[in-house]
Amino acid sequence: MSVVELKHSLCKGDFNLDVDTRIPATGVTGLFGESGSGKTTLLRCIAGLETSTGGASLPVHRRRIGYVFQEPQLFAHLSVRKNIEFGMRRNPDAPDTLEKVSELLEVNKLLGRSTVGLSGGEAQRISIARVLCQSPQLILMDEPLSALDERRRNEVLPYLDRLHAEWSVPIIYVSHNIDEICRLSDHLVVLDQGKVVAEGELHEVLSRIDLPQLGGRNAGAVLDATQARYDSEFDLTLFEFSGGEIWVPGHHDATSARLRISASDISLSRDRAESSTILNILPVTIEATATESGSTELVRLSLGENSLVARITRRSLQHLELQVGDKVYAQIKSVTVRR
Amino acid sequence: MMDFGPLWLSLQLAFVTTVVLIILGAPLAWWLSQSRSRLQPVVQAIVAMPIVLPPTVLGFYLLIVLGPNGAIGGWWVRLTGDALTFSFTGLVIASCIYSLPFAVQPMQNAFESLSRKNLEAAWTLGASKLDAFFSVAVPLSVRGFVSAIVLAFAHTLGEFGVVLMVGGNIPGETRVVSIAIYDHVETLDYAAAHQLSLTLILFAFITLFSMFIINRRWQSR
Repeated sequence: MSVVELKHSLCKGDFNLDVDTRIPATGVTGLFGESGSGKTTLLRCIAGLETSTGGASLPVHRRRIGYVFQEPQLFAHLSVRKNIEFGMRRNPDAPDTLEKVSELLEVNKLLGRSTVGLSGGEAQRISIARVLCQSPQLILMDEPLSALDERRRNEVLPYLDRLHAEWSVPIIYVSHNIDEICRLSDHLVVLDQGKVVAEGELHEVLSRIDLPQLGGRNAGAVLDATQARYDSEFDLTLFEFSGGEIWVPGHHDATSARLRISASDISLSRDRAESSTILNILPVTIEATATESGSTELVRLSLGENSLVARITRRSLQHLELQVGDKVYAQIKSVTVRR
Repeated sequence: MMDFGPLWLSLQLAFVTTVVLIILGAPLAWWLSQSRSRLQPVVQAIVAMPIVLPPTVLGFYLLIVLGPNGAIGGWWVRLTGDALTFSFTGLVIASCIYSLPFAVQPMQNAFESLSRKNLEAAWTLGASKLDAFFSVAVPLSVRGFVSAIVLAFAHTLGEFGVVLMVGGNIPGETRVVSIAIYDHVETLDYAAAHQLSLTLILFAFITLFSMFIINRRWQSR
């Protein structure tokens, strides 16, 4: 598989960026980290907006790297169409994808308009269309949804899903929002204080329990599952995956789905609770444990080829004498469908 | 019959000066707006000096520098055989320096209010820095350019002291309208002074009025 090499170091005041890693040249790579971890700085180095040692010396405008900013950065003196054509015109070998792109992002109806009076979501879709039309070899997205409110964000997310499914250009997607990362990425790079602390396939990295960056609210695994059936009587959908099946409230059309199970939504029990209100109880094997804080412990569980992460108290771990290799039951309180 | 010569000469001078100032002033304004160099405040101060200095001070040193024995004037004489002082070309050079801040500052203000990210977006979309300057920075700064043009033009039209020092009073060459008015008053020809003065007042009002109207249109857009 071909890869994109990311090798950048830079020193800015007391902040040091030192990254040397490779990411797959297909799909979406999530770049996750707290604010101040250097995510944006790394993106700016890749784009050439920041001078780093180790990076290519090509000037910004010759790199053919698309950049989607937090704010759409549309040019106010140009119409929507002219905005989208801006990059296409400047890359002589860029094919005319205007029509295809405006269809994908549903901006056809906006083409004739001026950029004044667009909603935040529309403007951001146009800025993404503009980047696609320049036919870049790599697209960088710097928290493209963070400037939008919840409603607008949910309006734009499906377009990013479509982009992911239908476009073959590799994307690096920066976010400090683990839910967006879970939904969109295939690959994950975790950044902390300018350094890569974890990197790999999304499911693998998310099932790691030794990373403080993936602790707390961010702890939890994802499962890629296929829809098995819908129970109309109780309005529940059954999803199957390697190692088990899981009920999710509501009706879900998609044949495949990515399920996110937060670590705090799983509890463990030695025996199968027969009279429990919990719908999903899965037999799992304890693979590893790691102390998260004075009172809590993260436990990695395996089922089939998948992993789950659970948070339990340290007291429960001792009390139940849970050991690596033990077969236990995971009681899952809540599951969210991420895509 | 009104003597249109000085008025026409003033308009020519103001036009040429404005064109030169926009062409040379825009890159200077851009540099001033973007530079983080230690030289920036120095250049900024030099550009602003004509606002503070009496025109006679400026005119005095321009007379020396542009004169046949001066650094620029001497070179010009060797090059063309003509003197710069008391010539139209000399007036243009003097006017450009005198009106420089009035052209540079509005453009600089406009450039400074551009968002850096907007320019970065243009670069990442494949525009070179020069391309982005012309295709993004300049069109987004139209108002600054309009102000610069109007102010540079009007200010050149109204100059007196510098012209008197550098240009003198040669009809058709350096006898601009302000000099002509002064001359008419000196010779007690108040009727002629009135004609030129009232024309200038009217012109100044119409110019500034149109500028404010245009600005208001833009604001409401």
